[in-house]
Amino acid sequence: MSLDYLFDGAHWRWSDPDAFPARILEHLGYTALSLLIAVVIAIPVGLLIGHSGRGAFLAINLGNAGRALPTLGVVMLALAATGLGLRPVVIALVILAVPPLLTATYAGVRAVPREVVDAAAGVGMTPAQIALRVELPNALPVLLGGFRSAALQVISTATIAAYVGLGGLGRYLFDGIAQFDYPQVVAGAVVLAVLAVVVDLLLLAAQRLLVSPGVDGRAVRSRRRRTPMLSSDLSATLKG
Amino acid sequence: MGYLDEVWDYARENHHEVWSGLREHVWLALLPVLIALVLALPLAWLIGRFGWLRQTILAVGSIVYTIPSLALFLLLSGIIGTGYLDPLNVVIALTLYSVALLVRTTADALASVDDSVLQAATAMGYRPARQWFTVQLPLALPVVFAGLRVATVANVSMVSIAALIGLGGLGELFTRGFRLGFYTPPIVIGLLLTVALALVADLLLVLLQRMLTPWSRVGVAR
Repeated sequence: MSLDYLFDGAHWRWSDPDAFPARILEHLGYTALSLLIAVVIAIPVGLLIGHSGRGAFLAINLGNAGRALPTLGVVMLALAATGLGLRPVVIALVILAVPPLLTATYAGVRAVPREVVDAAAGVGMTPAQIALRVELPNALPVLLGGFRSAALQVISTATIAAYVGLGGLGRYLFDGIAQFDYPQVVAGAVVLAVLAVVVDLLLLAAQRLLVSPGVDGRAVRSRRRRTPMLSSDLSATLKG
Repeated sequence: MGYLDEVWDYARENHHEVWSGLREHVWLALLPVLIALVLALPLAWLIGRFGWLRQTILAVGSIVYTIPSLALFLLLSGIIGTGYLDPLNVVIALTLYSVALLVRTTADALASVDDSVLQAATAMGYRPARQWFTVQLPLALPVVFAGLRVATVANVSMVSIAALIGLGGLGELFTRGFRLGFYTPPIVIGLLLTVALALVADLLLVLLQRMLTPWSRVGVAR
């Protein structure tokens, strides 16, 4: 396995639009834009469904259907509907990111203990205050788990942008295959894999900063650090 | 002629390609789950036996799970020296993902079996090996199956990604639609069949689980 392409300094120049720094930024740009739109759609809807309990059927089944849908088919159909360009790729990535986010937000809100919500109502909080100041912070661990899962899938699938003529890290994979340039393919795959792992670790760190120590149990260090994960926790598992 | 007729005509005229895509999809998606189960059971046993292995095995698994599938297909072909188009890359990659997922579920499922049940089995004279296979594992089955179902459905949808590098069962219908200038009938057929395959595989696993765990159908007597 030749790593010449990967470690060639010429491929790491900031000014070159075909070099890794520019391609990584493009890739992260597609990912961030799609995730931002998905968050704006999914989190309010998930909060609303979780808070009111109405539409739970939709929230649960959207998550299950999202897992079964082949991402490539969704992207191709979105492209066929709107033509080539950045917009259809972002639309397709948003379609992929919304189900895990929405389902995780809903599941997180539903998992907030009933007596906590009742207590909040008892001290005179309005429904909006309960949703934003009680349910949202308590739902954060599950919600952010869904966000990591969505982010991972979007980063993986954003390679498709290059397949339909845009940039991002997919360029090295598809150009390398087309030109029988194996070192280029390996370099692209390594950079993509490392980027995904690094982003996931950063999101994990962000999760520790954002979630209140009182919510995820860090405040009360128990002897048994982990309780067995049950099947319901798998609902957030998605893969691209 | 309506759009559905167009889709139907495409399926009829290309039924050889659709069939072979479906067949390829089935074994590319399901073989890795079987191999992964065989690998995950001993790993889960190890975690149960030596607790300190848990963090290491799960950390490695979660890193593997984070690697995008397209990147892993291509990296594997470099590491083991197969060509890009070798189906072995896809089988090995999906096996790695499935193992990462199943080890965690299986280890947690085994750990959640009630201690008093295991103590009762020991008191009745079950030796460790027999106890593991005939008491602990069967009681863990419902959660193990939950993991199997997630892995199977995820694999079915992931195989299509391999179509981007020219090999992916039903996924090839997506890239064909793209090459034909966004001709949607093959894309729609591919989507429908992939989702149907995921649903059927999931249903079969549910039925298999019901057969293997007859006691869970009886109401919980307390």
